[in-house]
Amino acid sequence: MTEHNVRNFNINFGPQHPAAHGVLRLVLELDGEVVERIDPHIGLLHRGTEKLIEYKTYLQAIPYFDRLDYVAPMNQEHAFALAIERLLDIEVPRRGQLIRVLYSEIGRILSHILNITTQALDVGAFTPSLWGFEAREELMVFYERACGARMHSAYIRPGGVHQDLPQKLIDDIDAWCDNSHVVIEDIGNLLTDSRIFKQRNVDIGVVSIEDAWAWGFSGVMVRGSGAAWDLRKSQPYECYEELEFDIPIGKNGDCYDRYLIRMEEMRQSVRIMKQCIAKLNEPEGKGPISNLDGKIVPPKRGEMKKSMEAIIHHFKLYTEGYKVPAGEVYACVEAPKGEFGVYLISDGSNKPYRCKVRAPGLSHLSALDFIGNGHLLADVSAILGSLDIVFGEVDR
Amino acid sequence: MAELNIANETLSDLAATIQNGIGGSLLTMTYTFGELTITVKRDDILDVLQFLRDDTQTQFWNIIDIAGVDYPERKERFEVVYHLLSPRLNARIRIKISTDEETAVKSATDLYPGANWFEREAWDMYGILFSGHPDLRRLLTDYGFEGHPLRKDFPLTGYVEVRYDDEVKRVVYEPVELRQEFRNFDFLSPWEGTDYVLPNQDVGAEKGNEKGGK
Repeated sequence: MTEHNVRNFNINFGPQHPAAHGVLRLVLELDGEVVERIDPHIGLLHRGTEKLIEYKTYLQAIPYFDRLDYVAPMNQEHAFALAIERLLDIEVPRRGQLIRVLYSEIGRILSHILNITTQALDVGAFTPSLWGFEAREELMVFYERACGARMHSAYIRPGGVHQDLPQKLIDDIDAWCDNSHVVIEDIGNLLTDSRIFKQRNVDIGVVSIEDAWAWGFSGVMVRGSGAAWDLRKSQPYECYEELEFDIPIGKNGDCYDRYLIRMEEMRQSVRIMKQCIAKLNEPEGKGPISNLDGKIVPPKRGEMKKSMEAIIHHFKLYTEGYKVPAGEVYACVEAPKGEFGVYLISDGSNKPYRCKVRAPGLSHLSALDFIGNGHLLADVSAILGSLDIVFGEVDR
Repeated sequence: MAELNIANETLSDLAATIQNGIGGSLLTMTYTFGELTITVKRDDILDVLQFLRDDTQTQFWNIIDIAGVDYPERKERFEVVYHLLSPRLNARIRIKISTDEETAVKSATDLYPGANWFEREAWDMYGILFSGHPDLRRLLTDYGFEGHPLRKDFPLTGYVEVRYDDEVKRVVYEPVELRQEFRNFDFLSPWEGTDYVLPNQDVGAEKGNEKGGK
């Protein structure tokens, strides 16, 4: 047999591919089935969020954060609110902090359920996504009951949260937590010991801890490689310091470790939620949900019926907004996907001068060529699933 | 350099280490809102980053972010802001350099591979040049996009809009057309009176206040 004319293939993966997790276009260079180069083309969902925020008052900019990582909207608002609060130097009352933490953990479960189930979908398991989406829907109802919207909540505001939670809602979340192990363990039972799932994920996409730091990874991506690093523990914000929870870390830095970490984080999130609910029901947990500074937090409708001052504040805050002292600050939270940060520069006016959004997904996706090089084509979608990419935040 | 009053012990030690290690490159060092910010000479940025990454007392291994900022009124209009995290010290630092449209900044991709896309984004959004970058293409904007959208002199609405043209059976680009002018209210001087232009008034005759609302 004569020598074959071997040549590399270039293929386009996406932007309409179901395993591309949104609008990702990958230009892959293949040698047979082995990937030689991955060039991600992003920006198909670029909306210019950072530019738009420069033209909006601080309060008007909040809804843009829901639309970044739309799988766990409140975690993003949280980072923005923390940045503004640090510039304004205001405190969040205890009940406000507890509600924020409660909903941040709901967001974490929302995001992890979606990631685990769609990653399973990418490697061929269809059932988990059907089961997971039911649980997600229940959690999104909790979002809706708190703020009126399933996804784009605009609930966490500078100074606290927008509205108080009714007691019935707190009780219902409590009841959900008690039953949550059913859905989490059901998904786990389907995947954790599944031979096919393991074959597709174990030893795929291994990242060493040194590489993970140098590539700017955070969150599950560094914990999977063995770093005991979680901003909720290492640089605690709100009331995470007084809550008890464990940080799972991986040993091998492969896709399977990252899957296991996400599973365990969901269990830990439920644990945190239970503690938050217990604390919300204590006498110390009752009280204001938002800072009482009338120059920053708008008054409630009831007050406006009685007080002229409240009407003036309401009008001024919703048209002009408040002025934030000049300065710059970087605030970050442990979002489900990693460290979500907001670098906010204020020039002393009522609009941000610059608001850089630090999305964890961008760093993770930028390393796709580094991680995926030398893997088989089918592994690329497994790696992509385990990176936990959402294009709302990558493209901004 | 004036002594900084740093409440946090880790950061005050860090400030001393930095002053000893890279004192020559350091322009300013500030401590605000619990964060340490240093401004360094543009040409020394790689030495500074390498020191912060490799020195045993700093160990800033994790690159968090590289952001461009535009100050059009300055002589060197752009600032490049690096955020680093040291997982060992549990500390963060912000490093700033300034540059203009023509002067390239040395790329940090050799030190931090994660800087690759951050620098591409800064080039895309601001037109900040990075020398030694392996692949300085646009990152987020459309194929064939012109201009740098996050510059302060780039209009919020942009210059072109796209639509699908059924006659030519493809997406066409056209100059942007607004049904209503973009309304940007001025809230900075609300009590100084607005400068209304009445229909029959001679425009420019007694235009005193430039900041008048629309």
